[in-house]
Amino acid sequence: MTDLNQYNFAYLDEQTKRMIRRALLKALAIPGYQVPFASREMPMPYGWGTGGVQVSAACLTPEDRFKVIDQGADDTTNAVSIRKFFERTAGVETTERTAEATVIQTRHRIPEEPLGEGQILVYQVPIPEPLRFLEPRETETRKMHALEEYGLMHVKLYEDIARHGKIATSYAYPVKVQGRYVMDPSPIPKFDNPKMEMAAIQLFGAGREQRIYAVPPYTSVVSLDFEDHPFEASKVDQPCALCGAGDTYLDEVIMDDEGGRMFVCSDTDYCATRRAEGHLGALGVPAEDSAA
Amino acid sequence: MYVAVKGGERAIDNAHSWLAEERRGDTAIAELSVGQIREQLALAVNRVMAEGSLYDPDLAALAIKQARGDLIEAIFLIRAYRTTLPRIGHSRPLGTGAMACDRRISATFKDAPGGQVLGPTFDYTHRLLEFRLAADGAVPPTAEAEPQQGPVPHITGFLNRDGLIEEETASDEPPRDLTREPLEFPASRALRLQALARGDEGFVLSMAYSTQRGYGRNHPFVGELRVGQVAVEMDIPELGFAVEIGEITLTECETVNQFKGSKTEPPQFTRGYGLTLGHTERKAISMALVDRALRWKELGEDNVGAPAQDEEFVLSHADNIQATGFLEHIKLPHYVDFQSELELVRKLRAEAGQAGEART
Repeated sequence: MTDLNQYNFAYLDEQTKRMIRRALLKALAIPGYQVPFASREMPMPYGWGTGGVQVSAACLTPEDRFKVIDQGADDTTNAVSIRKFFERTAGVETTERTAEATVIQTRHRIPEEPLGEGQILVYQVPIPEPLRFLEPRETETRKMHALEEYGLMHVKLYEDIARHGKIATSYAYPVKVQGRYVMDPSPIPKFDNPKMEMAAIQLFGAGREQRIYAVPPYTSVVSLDFEDHPFEASKVDQPCALCGAGDTYLDEVIMDDEGGRMFVCSDTDYCATRRAEGHLGALGVPAEDSAA
Repeated sequence: MYVAVKGGERAIDNAHSWLAEERRGDTAIAELSVGQIREQLALAVNRVMAEGSLYDPDLAALAIKQARGDLIEAIFLIRAYRTTLPRIGHSRPLGTGAMACDRRISATFKDAPGGQVLGPTFDYTHRLLEFRLAADGAVPPTAEAEPQQGPVPHITGFLNRDGLIEEETASDEPPRDLTREPLEFPASRALRLQALARGDEGFVLSMAYSTQRGYGRNHPFVGELRVGQVAVEMDIPELGFAVEIGEITLTECETVNQFKGSKTEPPQFTRGYGLTLGHTERKAISMALVDRALRWKELGEDNVGAPAQDEEFVLSHADNIQATGFLEHIKLPHYVDFQSELELVRKLRAEAGQAGEART
């Protein structure tokens, strides 16, 4: 890409944005329902966030402040790449601060800091169909959703319990939205599932699979479970080694050849903010001394 | 001490400039021009145009140069460019009967009106490396004949006159555009053909090959294969008539397939159809075989469960840009998901260990 000035604001042409916005409105009107949309070929590969990028492009206005995270971090390569794309094509302000962002595009995480009204969280979705690995055919799964026929999913979860004593799904854990559609929350760890009942708008874009779906603010999002095997949002039983937080999702970092490891917040902004406020973990250093 | 992995931005910039350097290769060797690629790697250019769904040899050649010869990467560049182009309108349906054929062969008839024209083909070359080419690419002049004038009738038309081959149902319904609407199943034949025309040559070839080996066998004859130039005409509303806006090279393949008849159809020959941009005949033939295999339902044939008969399977996996993107995305960081899997496996192992101790 050489001269991006020849492209429209936020890359997509207005007709395409209108098409996507229509799909978004429909998705918000039917929470959890997968709306087919004419996904465009983007200048980044399918599977690398093209759905999220198209949704973000359709939502962004020149006044927005945009944040991109991948694995909870602002500085992972693909997050950097997507943020740069919108800096160049939309010229919008970008930020790493969750609270300051109006549109947040994410892959695999929900920020730790609760989101508020007026914020939009855009998820990148690889496989939007929660039933796909039980039934590979789209013609069949659409029928199952239409008939609210989710027995297959419950059987799968039951078989997990029978075999392993617990539900052996740790990410992309299926949820039921507003008591109707079973939905794939995208590959976020199940730790994040309870956060999905939030004040912000949640939009999901699957570019390659040509689907958009949404969860409006304050919508019920229930992780599937059984009465005697209730859903559990699990994480490592450790505090963050840098900021000492005990209630955040942690990444395991291998430190040496002898199996030494530490656990740190996957949400880099949250961790840095806490350290700036003076919270320190076992291996943490005050924010101003950090080389990073 | 843990140091956060910062500097993704600088890493990306440096990777890009290293890539540019690698693309250029040894600067002591002359740089390839786009014109050289267009003229001397024409079949690569054709494949990029066909699967990129954009007829522009210069841009395709540029894409190949930029992609360091990785054709799928080049197709990707063309697709990403194509999607930004405004749609001014659409052409009239192309009349391939009026094609100025460079090549036209039929395997079903020894001769036919219009004749057999072998054209520039690898078909009867001996695949021996020509070491001379490494030193000297000059070619002796080729014999020339007067170009044929007038339309070249389609061979399947002769069969059609006798009712021996199924009648193609005519329709004036404008076909839907795969690149502007989401693909939904079941797809019409027009949509299936669109998807196959831009599908990966290797994938479509393998699907076609599988039908030949018995997975949904539909015994094809190449009724006709033609390659040549066709005029593109467009209705200009302000003028009230169609204007020729250019000429493109196409490859068209019509297969004639055995058909013993079904509950609904009498015994007759049936058709498979392939049409691709540029001279891309392996792709066009493959496309025709897969098209025919996918038509089992409308012809009242049995679905024998062959992959090539499965519309969802074929159309969902034919696009190499979708496939390569999703395949290669597993290079992206997945450590959050991996972490949750790690915890789960540790927990399951711990519980299995406890259960084991309890038993002993």
